[in-house]
Amino acid sequence: MNQCSERLYNGLIKENPTFVLMLGMCPTLAVTTSAINGLGMGLSTTAVLVMSNMLISMLRKIIPDSLRIPSFIVIVASFVTIVDFLLEGFIPSLYAALGLYIPLIVVNCIILGRAESYASKNPVLPSIFDGIGMGLGFTVGLTAIGIVREIIGAGQAFGYQLLPIADVAAGKSGYVPVTIFILAPGAFLVLAGLTALQNKVKNNAKRKGKKVVETASCGEGCASCTNSACGGKVFPAGNEE
Amino acid sequence: MSENKFKLSSSPHIRDKVTSGNIMLMVTIALLPASAFGVWNFGLPALIMLISTTVTAVLTEYIYEKLMHKKVTINDYSAVVTGLLLGLNMPASAPWWMGALGSVFGILIVKQLFGGLGQNFMNPALGARCFLLISFTGPMTRFVYDGVTGPTPLATLKEGGMVDSMDMLIGTIPGTIGETSVIALIIGAIFLIMMGIIDLKIPGTYIVSFVIFVGIFGQFTAAKPGFFDLQYITAHLCGGGLMLGAWFMATDYVTSPITKKGQYVYGILLGILTGLFRLFGGSAEGVSYAIIISNLLVPLIERVTLPKPFGKGGEK
Repeated sequence: MNQCSERLYNGLIKENPTFVLMLGMCPTLAVTTSAINGLGMGLSTTAVLVMSNMLISMLRKIIPDSLRIPSFIVIVASFVTIVDFLLEGFIPSLYAALGLYIPLIVVNCIILGRAESYASKNPVLPSIFDGIGMGLGFTVGLTAIGIVREIIGAGQAFGYQLLPIADVAAGKSGYVPVTIFILAPGAFLVLAGLTALQNKVKNNAKRKGKKVVETASCGEGCASCTNSACGGKVFPAGNEE
Repeated sequence: MSENKFKLSSSPHIRDKVTSGNIMLMVTIALLPASAFGVWNFGLPALIMLISTTVTAVLTEYIYEKLMHKKVTINDYSAVVTGLLLGLNMPASAPWWMGALGSVFGILIVKQLFGGLGQNFMNPALGARCFLLISFTGPMTRFVYDGVTGPTPLATLKEGGMVDSMDMLIGTIPGTIGETSVIALIIGAIFLIMMGIIDLKIPGTYIVSFVIFVGIFGQFTAAKPGFFDLQYITAHLCGGGLMLGAWFMATDYVTSPITKKGQYVYGILLGILTGLFRLFGGSAEGVSYAIIISNLLVPLIERVTLPKPFGKGGEK
């Protein structure tokens, strides 16, 4: 099980898809207007990621190399469709908020990236944990951005009013929301701020002599990579969809 | 001084007396008439706002540079200019902390995070103003004058009403603190031109192209003036932030092109964008957005208008 916990650590911290790999920026910037939306998007992606990693890992010896990308897409798209229908049926409010971004999980580069660089080369169990780790890393990233934007931009967290809103007309003092943070520019500001913060924490840890493993774009880095045909060309860091 | 006689250093060897500090001090002085008029016009809240933005801007720069172990550059007055310009761009009725927040945003995010003076990609004061305008649309667009909340002359003009150009020239109208008095702004601008800090290239092309645009397209708006209606054009020239923007903010050294041709292109772009936003945009004013959008295009303009060195290029 050591490999499994290593996969979880890898996805959550070492190669956090949001703050380190900078993958899946489109949903990250678009849906994180509130913590609930970020959490919903993150968990939906995690569900798809775990299932697709599992199935792709099972089928990795059957799928011919030249047809792997279309096959991965078919598998991913099937799971996205399932998640799409489930959300529409059971959590219609979240479905309405996320809208178009649920079907767009199909082309989310985190999912295709994990399939290509990990699940298609590794056994089923580590692949599942890789999916869980990466998915939770993405969820944590999105929820963190969502919370910060929601608190500054609306004085709320998870829809609960943390700070009483000022009402100028009634002469009531209180918090005046900085609306720009729940608009598009706020997403960039918060993402940049949080990324800088986690870099700072990691650098501090490194300076204190703690072992922080360097990031490599393909799972374990090209040195231990078994795909000799890749040559570092298939998944350079930060490859967007 | 004898031991310094044979100092070895790389070029430049001869330095002018003019420094960034001098220039920024001149700009600060040139802004004083408009600031004084703003305080006279809007009273104590205007003074509090100007002090709040200026002090916060300088403090932010000082604290950031101390924390980052950088050379503290508050002596070059650039933070003072940023703070003062932001204050002049705020309505006097907005709470003072809004101005302070804007100063922090302008200095910290627009200026210092990109490398400080000379590296900022857009005018920090205008970046901050647009940040506040998007965040607090209500307080930033409510203009109180003589205890009455009323529309600015530009808003009246957009609705098709008539305005008094004489009031607008002197400045006894609602608006932001520094934009109302055309006379006070022109005095500052003439001072800057006399001192050689700015020249007419950018403001001139800006205003001329704006007049041409408004003259031609004004007839398609609610006011329905004639073709090149003199009164309508005068009202547009004296109203809003055009004078403040054209003389003091579009001419910012860092965010305007350095090539001569580029400056003409930049001025024309500003004029067209301002006209477009004012006549056909959602709100009555468009100078801030026009200037920051043009700021973003400056690297492109400079690349296209770079002069060829003598002997290079030409017919093949």
